[in-house]
Amino acid sequence: MSEFFYMGGYGFYVWGSYGVAFALLAIELVLLRKRTQRK
Amino acid sequence: MTTQSIKWFWFASPATFYPLAGTLARVTGLLAAVFTLAGLYVGFFVAPTDAQQGEAYRIIYVHVPAAWMSMFIYVVMAFWAAVGFAMQTRLSAMMARSLAPTGALMTFIALWTGSLWGKPTWGTWWVWDARLTSELILLFLYFGYMALVASIDERRRADKAGALLLLVGVVNIPIIHYSVQWWNTLHQGASVSVSKGSSMAPSMLTGMLLVALGFWMYSIAVAMVRVRCEIRENE
Repeated sequence: MSEFFYMGGYGFYVWGSYGVAFALLAIELVLLRKRTQRK
Repeated sequence: MTTQSIKWFWFASPATFYPLAGTLARVTGLLAAVFTLAGLYVGFFVAPTDAQQGEAYRIIYVHVPAAWMSMFIYVVMAFWAAVGFAMQTRLSAMMARSLAPTGALMTFIALWTGSLWGKPTWGTWWVWDARLTSELILLFLYFGYMALVASIDERRRADKAGALLLLVGVVNIPIIHYSVQWWNTLHQGASVSVSKGSSMAPSMLTGMLLVALGFWMYSIAVAMVRVRCEIRENE
């Protein structure tokens, strides 16, 4: 399992990419949800 | 006029498009989750380690889909801009407005993941070469469009100005695409092409295409929810 997160030494770059990308997509969804609920 | 074209004009009315957009959002939202998760599964657990780049190459499963969408969304917005000019339909400008934030987001993700991929493989976070610079210009085009549309109070004028910017800016899209051929660049050429097929391992390609399909569906879903907000807030 830890080997998976280690990514052959590239963990910082790989998870830094996926982490930020999916965090931003999640933020977009939250903001959009707020907008749909605004009357 | 055929029945087919009447049907399309029928949905050009915001009021009739509203419920259709809701259905589309639900279907594409579900597909987005399924395709993205399937693609990431294939990319991380089925696809082999790259012979040259080791595990660092796995950034490809988010980088390439985001980069493709960043360009594709812009082309779709330019298409709606053209439709708006030709047909004077209110909905086309609403579509362009609804796509812009997601397009900017995809562009930022492509740049961000590219930077994190460049550091371990090229030894630098950023270079001012043709591919990276033209993609950065794309980000500024998205920001410029959103700022322009937001800064003009009268909606019709705002949408006209925005549409003009979109149509002028579309020249940047082929520049991004061909930048790796026209100029010497650190960025590698295309690994997948319509005419030459793919030079990647089949499982790598499958994973990448699945995430791309997922991001595509995600973009449609988000744009449909946003266009419903646009319709509700303006009609």
